Amino acid sequence: MYNYGFFSFDSKDELLAKAIEYWNPGKTKFWQDAGIDLVIDRREGYFLYDMSGRRLIDLHLNGGTYNFGHRNPELVATLKSALDYFDMGNHWFPSVARAAFAEKLVKSAPGMKYAIFGAGGAEAVEIALKTARYATKRRKIASIIKGYHGHSGLSVATGDERFSKIFLADRPEEFVHVPFNDAEALERALKNRDVAAFIIETIPATYGFPMPEEGYLKACQDICRRCGTLYIADEVQTGLMRTGAMWGWQSYGLDPDMFVTAKGLGGGIYPISACVVTEKCGAWQLEDGAAHISTSGGSELGCIIGHQVIEMLQRPEVIANVQYVAEFFQRSLAEMMAAHSDIFVGVRQRGVILGLEFDHPEGAVAVSRALYENGVWAIFSSLDKRVLQFKPGVLLDAATCQEIVDRMEAAMPRARALLRNPRRAA
Amino acid sequence: MPVHNDAPRLQVPDRAETTARMKIDRAGWAVRAYARYDRAAVMRIVRAVAEAAHQAAGHYAEWAVRETGMGVVKHKQLKNELSAHPLVDFYEDMDLVSPRVDPARKMVEIPKPAGVIFALTPATNPISTLYYKTMLALLSRNAVIFSPHPLAKTCCNDAAARLEAAAVAAGAPAGLIQCVEEPSVPLVQALMASPKVQVILATGGGPMVRAAYSSGTPAIGVGPGNAPVYVDPGADQNAAARRIIESKSFDNSVLCTHESVLISIEENRGKLERALRAAGAHVCTEAEVVRLRAWLFPEGHLNTAAVGKSASWIAEKAGFRVVPSIRILVAPIEQVGLDEPLTREKLSPVLAWATAESFERATGMAQMILRMVGAGHSAAFHGEDPQKAMDFAAALSVYRVVVNAPCSQGAAGFATHLPPSFMIGTGYFGRSSVGENIGPQHLVHWTRLAWNSDASVAMPDMSGVRAPFDGSAAGTRASAAPRPRPVAVPAVADGGGMDRDLLRQLILQELRELTRGQS
Ligand SMILES: Cc1ncc(COP(=O)(O)O)c(C=O)c1O
Repeated sequence: MYNYGFFSFDSKDELLAKAIEYWNPGKTKFWQDAGIDLVIDRREGYFLYDMSGRRLIDLHLNGGTYNFGHRNPELVATLKSALDYFDMGNHWFPSVARAAFAEKLVKSAPGMKYAIFGAGGAEAVEIALKTARYATKRRKIASIIKGYHGHSGLSVATGDERFSKIFLADRPEEFVHVPFNDAEALERALKNRDVAAFIIETIPATYGFPMPEEGYLKACQDICRRCGTLYIADEVQTGLMRTGAMWGWQSYGLDPDMFVTAKGLGGGIYPISACVVTEKCGAWQLEDGAAHISTSGGSELGCIIGHQVIEMLQRPEVIANVQYVAEFFQRSLAEMMAAHSDIFVGVRQRGVILGLEFDHPEGAVAVSRALYENGVWAIFSSLDKRVLQFKPGVLLDAATCQEIVDRMEAAMPRARALLRNPRRAA
Repeated sequence: MPVHNDAPRLQVPDRAETTARMKIDRAGWAVRAYARYDRAAVMRIVRAVAEAAHQAAGHYAEWAVRETGMGVVKHKQLKNELSAHPLVDFYEDMDLVSPRVDPARKMVEIPKPAGVIFALTPATNPISTLYYKTMLALLSRNAVIFSPHPLAKTCCNDAAARLEAAAVAAGAPAGLIQCVEEPSVPLVQALMASPKVQVILATGGGPMVRAAYSSGTPAIGVGPGNAPVYVDPGADQNAAARRIIESKSFDNSVLCTHESVLISIEENRGKLERALRAAGAHVCTEAEVVRLRAWLFPEGHLNTAAVGKSASWIAEKAGFRVVPSIRILVAPIEQVGLDEPLTREKLSPVLAWATAESFERATGMAQMILRMVGAGHSAAFHGEDPQKAMDFAAALSVYRVVVNAPCSQGAAGFATHLPPSFMIGTGYFGRSSVGENIGPQHLVHWTRLAWNSDASVAMPDMSGVRAPFDGSAAGTRASAAPRPRPVAVPAVADGGGMDRDLLRQLILQELRELTRGQS
């Protein structure tokens, strides 16, 4: 029996049946069909444990949510400490936690003036898009094809049709999509000077981390400036030291008008997100500070965690570790690619953000499964299933990194077999 | 009126401990790379760090005395200097890096560094210990994390940063030499128990050494000293007195190798006393001894205010005056052992002096002193009779007896041919794992490839076999050093020129293509 005190399950099968019955049949069945029977039970550091007790090294990190690992002891201690004094707080009033965290965030991002809080990434994107409309008095929003910014009303419309059409949330007249790494296409989209904002992930995650070409992002920013369009950097997956700099846009020499951060900002233990803006963009807060309201946005518990997350990321030890992890995988994946060049054909990397390319339209699905069977959990890119998202955490140690590589090496024959004969998979 | 209370309303988790754990991980990365450096690259780094240490020896001697209030600047400078180049000179020919081939025994031995060393530095010898442990770690291809004594944390942090910078500049991976900023007892205990620490080098008080051994992590800890020094009537009394005083006054006696109790033969007392006086000692009167004992050991425990202070300062505190040129205080005592606190370790220029009627009785006294404290450590012998020297050393629970030399420097290898060391192994007598002066060889274990001893099974020629080094690439790995500001790690794709990795990868790929064609 799996007794969790508050509830219990006789078996994993019972849990799966209940998940199908009461929670989400489609999602539950999808993973069963994909051969990934994961139900995460215990979790600690960069390790996940399935209900069966099997250990997995987490290279998915939910897009960087677990940047510091699962239940990082310092963050858990911080949250416990915060709970002895605070709760979510009252979103109507100024608060010590919000003011302190806003200051911390703004000071980590040269050129920025205010931090506006939400609870999730999509909410922060929503704030950014609304802010852009206020600041420019324009309605249109541009984004890249296969960009991903969340699933709320405005944010989902910036993304792939798969997620917007089903809810009749696609609005082609207001939401313009341009190809990635094509600055001229952006120029054409903005030249009528009627687009409020261009939002782009600094490295598009769900698209499989294709690297922006040399100068592309800067060119986009320049085009935006020329056309009176605001440049919004979505840093939900590229922020928080994952590129080797606190914010990915810093490492590309950009100075965006706004950027959004979420996921890892809450350390994986308390949701918090932020849209950080320049003085000019934040002006709506002078006209009507309550124009955007969110009861759980910027909860004080989340602010204390976020404050600690930024403080930890600024420590020289963390910065040094990111370098070591990045260099380790740069070397070892290059070697692995050379040894398995029949299926493993490319590595995209910046810092600890990596996309591994496989020579098959569904290549990463097979590799993800083979890795899963070998004790590593890494997810394929939803919008480009050739590419495996490979996201090591900033605190990974040498021994675990070596184990990851050893397990990958062991998984390669299985991945090859799955790719040659997917039916044999079962 | 609201009540004002400035104490934090929230409890902030101990940042020092979590940061220190990050340092351990960083050391783990560094050592992973460093373990593949070859001997030439290692010695280049060692020499560069020794030079940086040497250059700053005086600077840190002054800083350590200022920060701790203990010791003598010019003596500390000398100790710091000795822990740089001369230490490396001593180990110049000890290769702990290259595999050894022994065709006669049909064996190949491959050195494997311990990994991450957690090292403590005492308040009494902060920088010399830090230098010494750094050199040991570098010579044996290990990484070291220091937890300095809180009284000496600032100078130690600065010195560690300086040596780390010198190592990196000479091509070492970043993170080999680190230091805890805010040491505390709970922090030290937590780090000692970390499974990511491979060995603890514990120097310091007895409880600290015991804590190291109790942590579950392999440890090399050395117990306290309390050296008895015997002066035989047959010795040159003036030379012996000069050596003892030179030794005892050195750095105000903060080393664990300093003479603690002088033992001589009754009939020889007058001669030795004159020699001691002539060499700069003040021999206390009975009344002065009473005062000295009362001040130095209030309620039987050493007054830590005395540690590393000068003889005249201590005399004044105890309530009597000596001229400032006096180098040590000699306190004649009636008995030795538990009932006489002056026969314990004093870490100050105070030498107890007991007399015995015979050589055998003197030896017994020395053993009695060691039974109380100082077992496994050091003793000194002044005399010309080799049989007596042999008998003295055979009878005592120590692992080194310095002959006709200053004990403080001699036992630490600076006036004898013992290995230069700031960790004097106190072995099983002193509840320690090592009985010799600790050197870099204690931080390496060897993997032995052992062939069948049967003559019909030949061991092949090893001369063409590659050693497990990254070769000269090791030297270029300086790029692994973190830049002062966070900088993006370049993507593989925009790596630019053909570096070694890329080349190797291309060659591997080519080989694969070739072999595939054949199958
Ligand atoms: C780049 C990016 N932006 C925004 C979001 C949306 O964040 P959330 O799921 O917290 O709403 C995500 C989530 O995966 C993301 O990857």
